Amino acid sequence: MTGRPLLSVRELTKRFGNRVACCDVGFDLWPGEVLGIVGESGSGKTTLLNCLAGRMTPDAGSVIYDSNASGLVDVHRLSEARRRLLTRTEWGFVNQDAREGLRMGVSAGANIGERLMAIGERHYGEIRQTATDWLGRVEIELDRLDDRPTDFSGGMRQRLQIARNLVSNPWLVFMDEPTGGLDVSVQARILDLLRGLVENLHLSAVLVTHDLGVARLLTHRLMVMQGGRVVEDGLTDQVLDDPQHAYTQMLVASILPA
Amino acid sequence: MPDTAIQDGAYNYAYLDEQTKRMIRRAILKAVAVPGYQVPFGGREMPLPYGWGTGGIQVTAAIIGRDDTLKVIDQGADDTTNAVSIRRFFARVADVATTTRTGDATVIQTRHRVPETPLKEGQILVFQVPIPEPLRMLEPRETETRTLHALSEYGVMQVSLYESIARHGRIAKTYNYPVLVNGRYIMSPSPIPKFDNPKLDRSPALQLYGAGREKRIYAVPPYTPVKSLDFDDHPFEIETWSESCALCGSKESFLDEMIVDDTGKRLFLCSDTDWCQERQGEREGAPPEVPAK
Repeated sequence: MTGRPLLSVRELTKRFGNRVACCDVGFDLWPGEVLGIVGESGSGKTTLLNCLAGRMTPDAGSVIYDSNASGLVDVHRLSEARRRLLTRTEWGFVNQDAREGLRMGVSAGANIGERLMAIGERHYGEIRQTATDWLGRVEIELDRLDDRPTDFSGGMRQRLQIARNLVSNPWLVFMDEPTGGLDVSVQARILDLLRGLVENLHLSAVLVTHDLGVARLLTHRLMVMQGGRVVEDGLTDQVLDDPQHAYTQMLVASILPA
Repeated sequence: MPDTAIQDGAYNYAYLDEQTKRMIRRAILKAVAVPGYQVPFGGREMPLPYGWGTGGIQVTAAIIGRDDTLKVIDQGADDTTNAVSIRRFFARVADVATTTRTGDATVIQTRHRVPETPLKEGQILVFQVPIPEPLRMLEPRETETRTLHALSEYGVMQVSLYESIARHGRIAKTYNYPVLVNGRYIMSPSPIPKFDNPKLDRSPALQLYGAGREKRIYAVPPYTPVKSLDFDDHPFEIETWSESCALCGSKESFLDEMIVDDTGKRLFLCSDTDWCQERQGEREGAPPEVPAK
């Protein structure tokens, strides 16, 4: 690989009182790469993701992002204004619960158009056209453009949330269990969709999941967390097919046979 | 000698004590210095209920003096209960002259309208504001709305206009229509009809906004740009009527629709009673009254 990493994390630590949520985490994320973070509940996956995405301030360590607009920036040393601008232009964040990431009170079109309007787009017709395009790309019927997400199924909400994040052509997307809580066939469709979008748009992504199947399908590289520490990392196939750490071996062995 | 009690003996001049007036004046000065920014102030209990103009009345009390001439309007009318009570209140506690004529007033306290007669330099328009936060219905958290203002993150306001067009085919908001003040802060113009929004833009008069329940003061200094939000392909428009005023024949003022009998006969009247009366006087050929000075 050439160039420099898109996201560079060093010695990231976050504590809640005496409890250590994640400890001494470091990695590089390269452009176009999808990194998976797996581990059981309470292993610090989501805390780590929130620290990476600037939603939580770590107690120690740094997150350096190679911004398209302003070069290398330390996410946690940016002013709040610039960090928020970064998160709604160059980044995306897909929540597990689509209700947290969507405005449930306004139509699908307005949800997709919000980022455009936030960065100054003021032409209703063009915003609507872009929203329609994106609705198509995430496989939602175009006549649902003016319906509210409250009238959508869980899978459709999740796809709408993805469209809402990708409309600003971000470079980096954080995903927190994007398929959690959905039934298997819907999961498969969303995974298919995500895989296509990541490839076509050359997105980089950090994906948190406890589902090793999702990790195998979507990610290039995997970090296994236990008790706030990274216990193993490597190429996804390598980690899943030949786990070295006892905890990873247990995780892999605990997948129910299909 | 300080301004102390006048007719009633027990009250300070203009009802509020001097320290309170100082505090409100400080808030007003800050509001004028940062156009459109909501300045918190220590709102006092006033002898009228919240929602009846406690914010406006405190602002008026803080700025009024014996040389002022006060006009109070409610929905454009000088003769409604709220307007009459507030006008009498200040005539009694502040010993000021009152008028119904827009041109003669130095301070105009208003609820829901801006007078039709163009305002002049030196006049002060005091608005009564129920909900000062324009983003309140979109974002319930006060901490978050303050952040949005601080960082000028106003995408959500535009989202609400988008939603209105998507649902109604046009921006359906007709009153309390959000404005951008001096290119910086989004401000609620109080529940005036959007018909009045253009009058706020670069007005020669000082505009002060007082919200009593929420204890906020904000202001638009004279000649400040005030832009109503819109889309490039759905520009801001004001209301129009095909009828004219039944009393004065005005076609350019804001008209109220009244049902006058039980067969549904309707009548359109100017909402600004002073404007309407002056025009009726002109129509009858009578010379306009000489302003008392």
